[in-house]
Amino acid sequence: MSFFQALFDPSMPFVRNALLAGVLSSILFGVLGSVVTVKRIAGLAGAISHAVLGGIGLALYLAAKGILPGLPPIVGALVFAVIAAAIIGLVSLKAKQREDTVINALWAIGMSMGILFIAKTPGYADPMSYLFGNILLVSRGDLILLAILDVVVILLAWRGYFQLEASAFDEEFARTRGVPTDAVFLIILGITAVAVVVLQTFVGIVMVIAMLTLPAGTAGYFAKNLGGMMLIGSGLSLVFSILGLAVSWALDLPSGAVVVLVAGAVFLAVSALRMRRRA
Amino acid sequence: MDNHPTIAVVFSAVNYSYANLEVLSESSFHVHQGEFVALIGSNGSGKTTILRLIMGLAKPDSGKVSIFGKSPERARGLVGYVPQYMNYDPAFPISVEEVVKMGRLEGLSRNCDSTRSLSASCPELETALELADVADLRARPYKALSGGQRRRVMVARALASAPKLLILDEPTANMDSESEERLFTVLGNLKQSTTVLIATHDTAFVSSLTDVVLCVGQREGRPGGVLRHAAKPADHIPAGLYGGSALQVLHDTDLPDECCAGVTEGRKARAGRKTP
Repeated sequence: MSFFQALFDPSMPFVRNALLAGVLSSILFGVLGSVVTVKRIAGLAGAISHAVLGGIGLALYLAAKGILPGLPPIVGALVFAVIAAAIIGLVSLKAKQREDTVINALWAIGMSMGILFIAKTPGYADPMSYLFGNILLVSRGDLILLAILDVVVILLAWRGYFQLEASAFDEEFARTRGVPTDAVFLIILGITAVAVVVLQTFVGIVMVIAMLTLPAGTAGYFAKNLGGMMLIGSGLSLVFSILGLAVSWALDLPSGAVVVLVAGAVFLAVSALRMRRRA
Repeated sequence: MDNHPTIAVVFSAVNYSYANLEVLSESSFHVHQGEFVALIGSNGSGKTTILRLIMGLAKPDSGKVSIFGKSPERARGLVGYVPQYMNYDPAFPISVEEVVKMGRLEGLSRNCDSTRSLSASCPELETALELADVADLRARPYKALSGGQRRRVMVARALASAPKLLILDEPTANMDSESEERLFTVLGNLKQSTTVLIATHDTAFVSSLTDVVLCVGQREGRPGGVLRHAAKPADHIPAGLYGGSALQVLHDTDLPDECCAGVTEGRKARAGRKTP
């Protein structure tokens, strides 16, 4: 059965859920990804996304040990994401030195905690599906969370477009025009933290950062401004997601990895063509 | 002639230090509206600190900074700023016109005033593009510009809010002489209507547009003071090196801050000005 036949098969609602997750994620990849790219905080977003594993591990452990029965992993993930974003945000704003050391430490400590908790969790807990995502397990609740986050991100991007553009282009100048650049930065980081958690069901925490940078980076070659980058980035993400899902269905491959590979291959090809044209 | 022109900038006994390093010590000076001021001093003397204090990006440890009679934070809308460096991402997709529009931003507003959206065009934007000589570049991607063109776009961005005070930090750094001349033509057109303050590390000569020379730096027994110097026409400097003709700064002259006389002999007509 082909992917498109499966889509319309009433006995396979998970395929439609997967497609819907792809569509909803594409908006975040395009809009938030453009902001992450032009603000050059992909490294910070990477640290947050990896620190999240600590929260997932802790939640699984507490639930399995009966300390907090039924605690869903996403709650642990959200708590860790927000804590990591707060630490990274404050360190970036306050400490001018050793910023990258702290960020890399959070990255590694978060992951290590996750691995340790999962190892000590009774029963079988597979870190793979969190690391690399499993889109066929997307629930209705996940879809609702994605949709809410889409609306929030679009509203914020529309309302604060000029402030975002100015603080990403030239932060000090934006400050001279009364833009609260520190608040803008912390809000972006907070939204990114939540998005990383919500998006991990689709591509997994390791590859979220790839999808927040590759489509937006490719769009940056064609767009005339930040708004265009968001639109083209969302469109590209949509194509990559549907293509990735179809290919992974046809060849029986993990969908998150296929989507990221498609996005990465297109980004590298476009970059190479641009470099050749300039040379 | 108005004997009490509006005061644009006043520093009263300002102290400022970074960690333990004293940058400004009991610094006092003032600038009248419409003056063209050269703020000179070697690298690390405290010029950029003075600019940051004027723009409210830094606060003095003690003393008072007043811009058009207001605190620097409240006067932000009156000040246009052209930075020396910009940590700019060449992959940022943005047109010249959009960069200039940033100059009309006001805090969190989506409008440049109560009626007009920032996404629309407006007379101030057109004037800024014309004044800075970048109107023909408006649709170009910012990354496709030369260094000199970018600097003029930064000037246009600073002018987009129709500022009463324009601040330029080392505006001619890494600029060829033709670009420099075009920039100073732009600044010459602003003279009188806008107060212009240029920070430069060249302490020997300044543009002949200059009305006031303020020298920042250490002196015996007076670390981090700001002194007012006289200057004389420097005819031996080839025209074009300082964006037109130049003045030589006379470092052995200390004009008292109460003295609002012009910088050169020929401008003594302005000597009647006193601080109100």
